[in-house]
Amino acid sequence: MAATETHQAIETVFRIEQARLIGGLARMVRDVTLAEELAQDALVTALSEWPKTGVPKNPGAWLMAAAKRRAIDGFRRKKMLARKHAEIGRDLEDERDTSVEDVEAALDDDLGDELLGLIFTACHPILSPEARAALTLRLIGGLTTDEIARAFLSNEATVAQRIVRAKKTLGNAGLTYAVPRGPERRERLASVLEVIYLIFNEGYSATAGEDLIRPALCAEAQRLGRILAGLLPEEPEVLGLLALMEIQASRLHARVAPDGSPILLTEQNRARWDQLLIRRGLAALERAEALGGANGPYALQAALAACHARARKAEDTDWKRMAGLYDTLCEVMPSPVVELNRAIAHSMAFGPEAGLTLLDEIEQGAILRNYAPLPAAKGDFLFRAGRLTEARIEFERAAELTRNERERAFFLARAAACSG
Amino acid sequence: MRVMVIVKATKDSEAGIMPSTELLEAMGKYNEELVNAGIMMAGEGLHPSVKGKRIAFDGPGRTVIDGPFAETRELIAGFWLWEVKDMAEAVEWAKRCPNPMPGPSELEIRQVFEIADFGDAVTPEIAEQEERLREKTANR
Repeated sequence: MAATETHQAIETVFRIEQARLIGGLARMVRDVTLAEELAQDALVTALSEWPKTGVPKNPGAWLMAAAKRRAIDGFRRKKMLARKHAEIGRDLEDERDTSVEDVEAALDDDLGDELLGLIFTACHPILSPEARAALTLRLIGGLTTDEIARAFLSNEATVAQRIVRAKKTLGNAGLTYAVPRGPERRERLASVLEVIYLIFNEGYSATAGEDLIRPALCAEAQRLGRILAGLLPEEPEVLGLLALMEIQASRLHARVAPDGSPILLTEQNRARWDQLLIRRGLAALERAEALGGANGPYALQAALAACHARARKAEDTDWKRMAGLYDTLCEVMPSPVVELNRAIAHSMAFGPEAGLTLLDEIEQGAILRNYAPLPAAKGDFLFRAGRLTEARIEFERAAELTRNERERAFFLARAAACSG
Repeated sequence: MRVMVIVKATKDSEAGIMPSTELLEAMGKYNEELVNAGIMMAGEGLHPSVKGKRIAFDGPGRTVIDGPFAETRELIAGFWLWEVKDMAEAVEWAKRCPNPMPGPSELEIRQVFEIADFGDAVTPEIAEQEERLREKTANR
């Protein structure tokens, strides 16, 4: 094998093994920064040895062993240093330093869930969602700081600092880097799912012409979701989130016109929906429901996405089912935006008047006062009810509120149609 | 990027020799690793070509040819669909596969066209045709 080829193979092996490697090391040394350094040291060793010996049969285990040797060497040096200090100062003869034994014991530990432990740590609720997302992409996704910065439309220095600070916070918190069990698990898992969905949505909101790394965040999040579903196959909300992402991603290529303008879901060319992703999404949703998770917030949102995915034509959409799902979602995860979508589903299922009744309740809440989709929906209901003068006022109001030029043109066109 | 990893047929697979328990176990473990790495999208094994058919096209002509087919090395015995970051990652994972056959064998990795690659060659008319087709399939 040519040298550059070997080099590339080693880099690829490292990319595949990196997260598990860092996870296992972090648990051992209780320090994610040190774990990353040890992993890098192992890579350097591999780069010098493998071209001579060939890539070992189990490269992951080789890298882990090399990194652990470095860790133990490091502890020994520290211990010697401590002893020297002790000779100068007071006598520490009786105090036992167990760090080397600890590390050696960790070698024999079952580290099967080191990756899961790392995911839970990177997504720890003591960190802000942005810091969690950056750290997760860095440690588990293997993205560079520069890539993360470009993906989140930020600059490299900011992201680098965010990651350093996050690692410090984790270090100071004295975490075990283990997978949380018992009642703590639920809260911690919610924090993990939130981050994965945040990464997905950041990618989903990317527009045409932007750096390609942004839409790639969707693939990153899907991969994280698939990994998590493999590691926690009995958690319905993990499957719910995975289903939601797979089904939403199935429409990624159908939702933008060649000129970059967004295409409404009902107008999309459904032949361009990715059927493999839809099938995978529906299968994950089925498993989530079979595990009793049908009413989880992610499973419910996935079920809503599935209603669209199952409809071969927009007219075939099961709006009655969607109205029912939104009723439940409003109880589980109440928010004005969910209520607005619920009103839209009801208007499609039971007629515009049903939608208008629900909108009245939202308007009294006044939270969405300046939210363009609200008058846009109301305008649509009024238009369909034949109340054109009132509809025009609502569309004009929506046009005033939106900051998106394309949307403004769309609302003004609908307003104009009310006078014709 | 999506790739198809093709398991090439061998004399054994074409003879219908089923994999040993050891191989099934090793393959099961490997598949689990693929799932846990988040790259496994789908995968199937295929019956030998003796149960297969070929349709030969020549202008308007259609000829049905019964299996088995002779050129074993060109036949396939199974496939996976993987979602990977790049070809190097696919190669690395493929190298980790247990030998799928009792004797020497081969995997082939090919990049999958995604519907976006066709761009607007998929017109609404083609879309509609596909929809009608799917409806028929669904109603059966």
